[in-house]
Amino acid sequence: MRMRDAGPALLAPGLLFAGLGFAALLAPFMTLAANRIVAGEGVAVWRVADPVVTLPGIVALAAGLGLGLLTAWPRVRIAGAAMGLAGLVWLLSQGATVLLDGAGQYARVSPGAGFWCLLVILALLLADALSQLSPGPLARALLLAAVVGTLALLLQSGALSQLSVMREYASRQDAFGDASLRHLGLAFGSLAVAAAIGLPLGVLCHRRETLRRALLPVLSFLQTIPSLAMFGIMIPLLGWVADTVPGAQSVGIAGIGFAPAFLALVLYSLLPVVANMLAGLQSAPPAVIEAARGMGMTDRQRLFRVELPLGLSVILAGVRIVLVQNIGLAVIAGLIGGGGFGTFVFQGLNQTATDLILLGALPTVALALSAAIVMDILVELTRPIPERTP
Amino acid sequence: MIEIDKISKLYDGVAAVDAVSMIVETATITVIVGTSGSGKTTLLRMINRLIEPSSGEVRINGEPTGTLPKHVLRRRIGYAIQGHGLFPHHTVARNIGAVPELLRWPPEKIRARVDELLDLFSMEPAQFRDRFPGELSGGQQQRVGVARALASRPDLLLMDEPFGALDPIIRARAQQDLRRIQRALGSTIMLVTHDIEEAIHLGDRVAVMDEGRLVQHGTPAEIIRQPATEFVAEMVGGVDRPLRLLSLVPVSEIVVDGPAEGEPLDADTNLRDALSTCLWSGRDALPVVRDGVPLGRVTLDAIRARAEGPR
Repeated sequence: MRMRDAGPALLAPGLLFAGLGFAALLAPFMTLAANRIVAGEGVAVWRVADPVVTLPGIVALAAGLGLGLLTAWPRVRIAGAAMGLAGLVWLLSQGATVLLDGAGQYARVSPGAGFWCLLVILALLLADALSQLSPGPLARALLLAAVVGTLALLLQSGALSQLSVMREYASRQDAFGDASLRHLGLAFGSLAVAAAIGLPLGVLCHRRETLRRALLPVLSFLQTIPSLAMFGIMIPLLGWVADTVPGAQSVGIAGIGFAPAFLALVLYSLLPVVANMLAGLQSAPPAVIEAARGMGMTDRQRLFRVELPLGLSVILAGVRIVLVQNIGLAVIAGLIGGGGFGTFVFQGLNQTATDLILLGALPTVALALSAAIVMDILVELTRPIPERTP
Repeated sequence: MIEIDKISKLYDGVAAVDAVSMIVETATITVIVGTSGSGKTTLLRMINRLIEPSSGEVRINGEPTGTLPKHVLRRRIGYAIQGHGLFPHHTVARNIGAVPELLRWPPEKIRARVDELLDLFSMEPAQFRDRFPGELSGGQQQRVGVARALASRPDLLLMDEPFGALDPIIRARAQQDLRRIQRALGSTIMLVTHDIEEAIHLGDRVAVMDEGRLVQHGTPAEIIRQPATEFVAEMVGGVDRPLRLLSLVPVSEIVVDGPAEGEPLDADTNLRDALSTCLWSGRDALPVVRDGVPLGRVTLDAIRARAEGPR
């Protein structure tokens, strides 16, 4: 019985989460500001609404953190974390309505430091408990779908529509839709182009030592250029192309906008794609390659039957790096008119409207996290040797 | 018949293999033996053109290997290596059927051939067909590696230290299996090893390589009795020579009529083991039987006579 180990089992990391969580309860849970520009005033969690409303939420939070201590029972910890998250949302939605009541036409409420800390702590608690169960790829996919679905329902329901960030969204719905598409286009499009160039390049590098020695340093140099500088370099470069190459402007090439952002992302993606393709192809044991050659496989047959299947999970790991990296980097595209969620971030920075920044940042983080989880599942599914339970 | 005709390989002007010529008869095992760096593996790899010869020619049944595209040539030549090189992501059946698959045999034919080979190597097809190489023991992996090399009934089977990674007991069994299967299928085999014991046991012919040159090519008995050079003499091992010689001869060759006491020997036992039995049991003669039927006896004197070198 693992219950008997309850003493030492209580220690890390549940205790850490609980300690931090209870400390975060003391921090301002929400902020109330007179308008969207000025800094708000913090409101403690027990003062965001009537005690009748706040008490169940606080109890749920405390219980969630407490259940997180039961290291031996991951399922209980998951249920606790879910309860804590529900309490968090409850407090936020109730608090927003109450605080705004009579606070003036331009008043805004936002989640405060306490909320964000608790959100992160509960999410970590949840992740920690889930990793104890080590769910299979299918279970992880379902879990991700469930989380995304819950989030979508929550946003649809209007329970959070009083929050400042949602107000920013409400006044920019069309722009937000465009930015989402543009952001996805930048991240996935540049990945597709980088893969189309990089994967064959990886094969060539694998086959030709001289090409490998010439190309990899160039690609790793590109990788070292700071992202802002890279986007900056693209402006005069593509501007010059647009001015001198006939027809370039008509296909959308210009010094600022989508094209330079896209190109910069492609350049950044090449090194991880080529390097992981190379590493994947080289992951086949030498004896296996020797046998493949000796039995009369052509280079192409060896590539498709041996080297690619054996290296696929390593290659996909490279694609995962690029995808997550590009989702994040695409934010900077906003700076040179490339569109995407970065538009809101930089507008928000200019207007000192924190919640507008969040409107750009939060979906980027959610997108990157989801992409990472999906790619991890794919990497696991493509492991060359199926695992058998003995 | 495989004819190797003055084949050489130069690396930066230095000969790794220096004008080696030899003929390998069909349905025999030729073992190429030498120290590391003797050029034995280079010689083997030039036959299926994993290494291109600098000069010279190899002919398989009269056909020069240089005239075929490499991959076509290699599909006609089996190749088994140390550490087996099985495809870890394919099942045993798919590994064994790899060359037939490249040759586009129909699937039923491949399946039948795979089962036939698994049977031949004493591996129950139903049990092993769908396993992955990682789920097999070292000895089983090695057998699957050899089965794969034999799958398309190649004109020639090249083996590069195929038993090098096995422990002694498993290795002895693998050697016996190879001999049995070679006899059953009539395969032509060229095998590279650094182990003179293995060479003497397995080879119909033994080719000794030293510093890129073929220094002697003959039957195991010739190699032991008349080593061509100091190097070969050293290789076949001074003091062990009479015993090695005896190990090549079955008792059936020197059996004579007459009575003998004690536990009988099987007619296929080699003379080294017979000598050992004589010494251990303190007898001067041993009864010999074949399938339980008495054939006669073998005497210590007759064994001694066979162990004598040239005077």
